[in-house]
Amino acid sequence: MAGESNGAGVFGSSIRRREDPELITGHAKYTDDLQLPGTVYCTILRSPYAHAKINSIDSSEAEALDGVIGVYTAADIEESGTPGAIPVGWLLPDMKIPDHTMLAKDTARHVGDGVAIVVAEDQYTAHDALELIWVDYEALDGIADPKKATADGAPLVHDMAPNNIAFDWEIGDKEKTDAAFAGAAHVASLDIVNNRLIPNAMEPRAALADYNSITGELTLYMTTQNPHIHRLLMSLASLGLPEHKIRVIAPEVGGGFGSKIHHYPDEAITAWASMQVGRPVKWTATRTETYITDAHGRDHVTHAEMAVDADGKFLGLRVDTYAAMGAYLSTFAPAVPTYLYGTLMSGEYDLPAIHCHVYGVFTHTTPVDAYRGAGRPEATFVVERIVDEAARVSGIDPAEIRRRNFVSPDNFPYPTQVALEYDSGNYEGALDKALAAIGYDDFRRDQAAARSDGKYLGIGLSTYIEACGLAPSAVVGSLGAQAGQWESAVVRVHATGKVTVYSGCSGHGQGHETTFAQIVASALGVPYEDIDVIEGDSGVMPHGWGTYGSRSAATGGSAIASAAEKVVDKARTIAAHLLEAAEEDLEFEDGNFFVKGSPDQAQSLPDVALQAYLAHNLPKGIEPALEATSFYDPANFVFPFGTHIAIVEVCASTGHVELQRYLAVDDVGNVINPMIVDGQVHGGIAQGVGQSLFETAVYDEGANLLSGTMLDYAVPKAHFLPSFETDRTVTPCPHNPLGVKGVGEAGTIASPAAVVNAVVDALAPFGIAHIDMPVTSEKVWNAING
Amino acid sequence: MYPSKFDYHRPSSVQEAVQILSANPDAKVLAGGHSLIPVMKLRLATPSALVDIGRIDALQGISRSNGSLRIGACVTYDEIANSSTVQEAAPLLAEAAGQIGDRQVRYRGTIGGNLSHADPASDLPAAALALGATLHVTGTGGSRSISATSFFVDLMMTALQADEILTEVEIPAAGAGTGSAYAKWEHPASGYALCGAAAVVTRNADGSCASARLCFNGVSSTAVDASAVGASLAGSDLSDGAIESAVNDNLSIPDATGDMFASAGYRQELAKVMGASALRTARDRA
Repeated sequence: MAGESNGAGVFGSSIRRREDPELITGHAKYTDDLQLPGTVYCTILRSPYAHAKINSIDSSEAEALDGVIGVYTAADIEESGTPGAIPVGWLLPDMKIPDHTMLAKDTARHVGDGVAIVVAEDQYTAHDALELIWVDYEALDGIADPKKATADGAPLVHDMAPNNIAFDWEIGDKEKTDAAFAGAAHVASLDIVNNRLIPNAMEPRAALADYNSITGELTLYMTTQNPHIHRLLMSLASLGLPEHKIRVIAPEVGGGFGSKIHHYPDEAITAWASMQVGRPVKWTATRTETYITDAHGRDHVTHAEMAVDADGKFLGLRVDTYAAMGAYLSTFAPAVPTYLYGTLMSGEYDLPAIHCHVYGVFTHTTPVDAYRGAGRPEATFVVERIVDEAARVSGIDPAEIRRRNFVSPDNFPYPTQVALEYDSGNYEGALDKALAAIGYDDFRRDQAAARSDGKYLGIGLSTYIEACGLAPSAVVGSLGAQAGQWESAVVRVHATGKVTVYSGCSGHGQGHETTFAQIVASALGVPYEDIDVIEGDSGVMPHGWGTYGSRSAATGGSAIASAAEKVVDKARTIAAHLLEAAEEDLEFEDGNFFVKGSPDQAQSLPDVALQAYLAHNLPKGIEPALEATSFYDPANFVFPFGTHIAIVEVCASTGHVELQRYLAVDDVGNVINPMIVDGQVHGGIAQGVGQSLFETAVYDEGANLLSGTMLDYAVPKAHFLPSFETDRTVTPCPHNPLGVKGVGEAGTIASPAAVVNAVVDALAPFGIAHIDMPVTSEKVWNAING
Repeated sequence: MYPSKFDYHRPSSVQEAVQILSANPDAKVLAGGHSLIPVMKLRLATPSALVDIGRIDALQGISRSNGSLRIGACVTYDEIANSSTVQEAAPLLAEAAGQIGDRQVRYRGTIGGNLSHADPASDLPAAALALGATLHVTGTGGSRSISATSFFVDLMMTALQADEILTEVEIPAAGAGTGSAYAKWEHPASGYALCGAAAVVTRNADGSCASARLCFNGVSSTAVDASAVGASLAGSDLSDGAIESAVNDNLSIPDATGDMFASAGYRQELAKVMGASALRTARDRA
């Protein structure tokens, strides 16, 4: 592709992902592929009970098994002097923070809670030995439902948290909202369960730890979305090693969706085991372990009400949510149903009064934390469902009621009633484009005709907004984050003009090696092929915060753009010196510096780089070499938005929902690589459709996970989905240098509401107001048949 | 995968295989492995030995003679689905085999493994019932034949003795005026049948129904023959209305399965819809 070499034109072109050949030919090295000399293997014995007292553990038989090096329990970790605390990284006022240790001490609090570990010479022995550890459990009652868990007398997960309430949080103005309802012509009201999801990254979590007892250095290869956060938390809380003695490396990481952000016990245990046995130790989760230990997503029980006036204008929104935390507070769990949820309740609407109240609730389940979208899918589902219900009770078309309530394009910046200030947007533009593309008016005619033939077609809108690229650091800090949210970059131009870019982000499928190189190729005017991108290693780059929350383009990309700009500034100074011209007289075009009007007398960036490294003839005060570091702290969140539309046909005799069309018009600002953006949108929609129609984690009354395998938990298959239609509008972000927003989560945020709205629309003749996700055929059949 | 330790045997004859089985009561027969290996990975099955019958020539092959279709136990789903011999003589079996799992599963999974495993949600048991298959088995005591009706005893239990191996499946070749169909409601996660309806319909020269058979996978602890539906259709004109009332009036699955995916009541409803659909298609093909 000729375009690939053209530095300046690379930004915005659909270059094929350069990381793919290695990935699809099986040459890429994931954590479990790595082998160090003398590696031994760790397995973790996990509680089969949702809630049990651990009376005693007898590991003698396991220890006697040939090939077993050691069996360890919480007592051994305590004796070793390692702090062993699993920290929570987001603090809310008055939040109950129970102890969470690397292994359960006297009580197991969910199916999958770690109780003991085996270290053995090989994987088979390590697994065999687990069956020879005898734990005397005393089974106790467990509870999985976050609302029922707050009832008096419900089994307690932690004695220090009465009624299992971890926190009681609210945002907005309750009095103002109550007053808004007093004047309402219509009130829409829904009870909504946002179903619990299991992330299912293709690569299970894994760690390979190599502790050098002579130097005191720990090298930890692990499946992480954020090596520096893991290093920081392991140093501060779990392992207690000096930060500069820990190097966390993310090799290829096969998907995360949030599940590889968090500081779980397991990777720290693996490191601790290496410290005990003095050899490299590897732990690789089985798929069963990923189901019971990877932090789950969603799990909300919500009541929502919208007050509407006689003209269909929204007056106020009231939301009460019980959000499961699971058995412990996972790393960023408290932020998910609060600052990533309540703050999105204004949607795309000019909503004069909002009140959102959230209980964070302990349950005897796998902890819940950020999962693709993290709080924003839950918020969007509430807002977009209640808007449709408001349309229904007001007798107004769902597209029309949205139009009447959008924040208008000339109203930005728009301060919402729930803390955020939207910086830009054109919501009606995206809606109009989507309605035209889907043929909305024609569809309504077809729908009416089909109904008279006993066919039930439905259309569902989701006019969503999300806040991503979490920022600025001071603001998130004031909200409780124990982390910064800036990002770092180094742009290093080598003496020959080739470039290495280092980022504090840590991609795991996003295509950073391609898109970050595209940013630099355009900024420096050097060929794309001459630029490499390195990330995911705390040992070779400045501190960074990793990849999650659709932040990498907006914060990491902006850091790279800033560093590249600094490189150009320095190169300009050197070029001016070499050309014996004033800096302000120089043009910089396609990688060449020249005096205005004399492009034939140019110094190329490689020419300048060579001189910068030789340092034979540099301007006074200019240091040798050509590189720059940037730490970019964003001024605000970025606010992607758009309109998604689903069309379904519901079979009345079976309840089967067939998703016939799915169209997305997204506004993610300027686009670095359209193909990669489309890929993110497709993947996100598939995951959101998965939640809406197929996926759900099911616990029984006693909090035992029933959907613990891929035979039971329905990740959508390709043939369940139609070919998605995607389009975009472009409203550049006004506050970052690239004008980019984020796209990693948009599809997952928007799509569940679009699908469920379509199903409810199809079932309008039956007077059905809501069906909880996943909308299985049986639920639909039951709704139709009363 | 890290299963418990087991011995591995790869006999080259059925005789050898049954002798190993007889000497190792905890041993399991390994054919395609697509049901056995997943449960071994989870250590839900911990056989002391595996008897891999994949290299026994006598268990391979599809042939048709004297009005009978004979399929070796180790013939894969993919071979069955794509065999013109099967498509002509027992199109229902080819259709059901073509709907099992995905390509990878169909390349490995075998008819013998499937029927011996007797998973009621799998796709072949109902077809075997509806087609009146005879299952030939061999043990240390010799060979015998079992009708499909007697073969499926209960959930994952068959009439096979511990030392017996299913060697061949024999199906009477379809005659003139016969049509069949398999209509499947797939579980979205596992791909198994929440409800799979296998129908065989034979018409008289005047178009009326000579005989009909409707069997189900996925709705009960074994494959089910809804014989009352078939009986009530005999002699009918096979109109949509006749099919609908035959199903609605006569289909009952007293011990229908209910689980977290579909309640017993919903499975009954699905069985009516899928059963009628399979019967209509079978009629159109007859």
